[in-house]
Amino acid sequence: MIRLVTYELVKTFLKKRTYLGFLIILLIVPLIEVAMKIEGEGMVRMWTRGLQQDFFFVGNLFNGWIVAYALMNSLWIHIPILISFVAGDMLAGEATSGTYRLILTRPVSRTGIFLSKYVATLLYTLLFVCFLALLSIGLGIALLGTGQLLVPLEGLLILPADDIAWRFFVAYILAFWSMTTIASIAFFFSSFVENAIGPIIATMGTLIIFTIIVFIQLEFFDPIRPYLFAQYMNLWQNAFTHPFSLESLQDGVLVQGLTSIVSVLGAWVIFVRKDILS
Amino acid sequence: MSTSPILETIHLSKRYKKRWAVKDLNLSVQPGDVFGFLGPNGAGKSTTIRMILTLVFPTEGEVRLFGGLVAQNRMRTLGRVGGIVEKPDFYLYLSAVRNLQILGALNGGVTESRIEEVLELVGLKERARDPVKAYSHGMRQRLGIAQALLHDPELVILDEPTSGLDPQGMKEVRELILQLSREQGKTVFLSSHLLHEIELVANRMAIINRGELVVQGEVEELLSKGEVYVILKAEPADAVKRVLERCTPPIPFRLSEEGFRLDMEFSRIPALAKALVDEGIEIHAIVPRRSLEDFFLSLTESETPSLSESGAPS
Repeated sequence: MIRLVTYELVKTFLKKRTYLGFLIILLIVPLIEVAMKIEGEGMVRMWTRGLQQDFFFVGNLFNGWIVAYALMNSLWIHIPILISFVAGDMLAGEATSGTYRLILTRPVSRTGIFLSKYVATLLYTLLFVCFLALLSIGLGIALLGTGQLLVPLEGLLILPADDIAWRFFVAYILAFWSMTTIASIAFFFSSFVENAIGPIIATMGTLIIFTIIVFIQLEFFDPIRPYLFAQYMNLWQNAFTHPFSLESLQDGVLVQGLTSIVSVLGAWVIFVRKDILS
Repeated sequence: MSTSPILETIHLSKRYKKRWAVKDLNLSVQPGDVFGFLGPNGAGKSTTIRMILTLVFPTEGEVRLFGGLVAQNRMRTLGRVGGIVEKPDFYLYLSAVRNLQILGALNGGVTESRIEEVLELVGLKERARDPVKAYSHGMRQRLGIAQALLHDPELVILDEPTSGLDPQGMKEVRELILQLSREQGKTVFLSSHLLHEIELVANRMAIINRGELVVQGEVEELLSKGEVYVILKAEPADAVKRVLERCTPPIPFRLSEEGFRLDMEFSRIPALAKALVDEGIEIHAIVPRRSLEDFFLSLTESETPSLSESGAPS
């Protein structure tokens, strides 16, 4: 299995498409951080506008942490698109290129091929999330220094400087969990189509539709909302609540985990039974 | 020759929605055979090969390789088989060597020296480090053969391996097939839509049309069993008739759209040609024909005739 995963990674990382997401992150994160350095203090003033008449804010509230926190909002839609670029291509790409005919006529089980591709997808997702974390936090601190973290969730929470790093670590673990769900859904769609564009569109379509259902305030959707993975795309924000509570993560972790499992099982059933006609 | 087939299809059938792509196909390939699998485009050849190589699941029937059911012994049997299915597609952004490394890893036990060896065998050693996207169709076809031979399989399945090649390339592939069979003792299952190609390399063959087996047997036997005749195009017609009647024994003939259709053995052609020239007759063509060829041509050109209509052996 390690050998199969290794070669899946070789194939993935020798493909230009794989670097598209990294390139976009590499361009957009510095661009946003430099722009925020120039005029970002206005954002902090806006968040604290209602409180400035009654409170004094001391210390460095506008710093690298807050920029990194703001960039994590890209996990709602933008990062999922970039993840689905690669995850959606994992199975469908072989169909498009006709290489299923080469690999599935070898003495390796379809399940083995499937698992190696899924593991490679997860490793890519992990690497991508780590890259986003390191770049946004590293560059943010390099440009704006450290300080307290102002968290604009249900009021304003100011976290002390020594209480922040571990929260970002947990937040990115939770972000990886959510992105795994997106990757698994893209993988599912990738299992039954023969071009890589379809899974990307289908994954984003699913995310957008579910997000609309989550945000639109109609009672009609109340019974299903708790079971939609999109309800918990802000799972990472739970790392910045005070006090931090593991219980607050349970529903999101469970629903997104189940979504991943169902997606992957569905993809597996399709993959091991499908006729390879490409 | 062993009586235990290396490859056997038993009532093999595949249906896509309402259409049968392959229907009740029974093939038997013996060890050491170069087995020609002949049929016009769309006859079901590739679907059959896909079922043999487990890319497509049969609707009915089964495939046996090396005596065992493929469906039950997939991993064990596929390790002893190498194949090309339709056109040779690769990871275009990778080099030939990298492609073969990946495929070799799936087989297991394929060394770097073996990769070099197969690339040399197919004449790609010099371009081994170039990305496959820079390869011509012929080079990709040769790389396809290289990947099929990578793990030194006992049975090599080649689906239209000369498709798209120039005449020299076709000749090289034919020589390679004969080399694999004669020098390395491999069994070759070769699909083609060209009877001539099968005739040149195969010792046994089967013809398939519209998913159904038409005929199967020794190539020589099949080609000799059927009616043999010669088409003669020559002028003037009266003089030709006189020569044909004067021959010993006289050559029976009738006029067809193509010219004179002569019911004679091919061995009499030189003597006939000499007699015609001696009479000052202008010869445009003397074409030896076999009913199997006629039958096969009719499959590729129009509606399927029955075997009895065409006079082909059954």
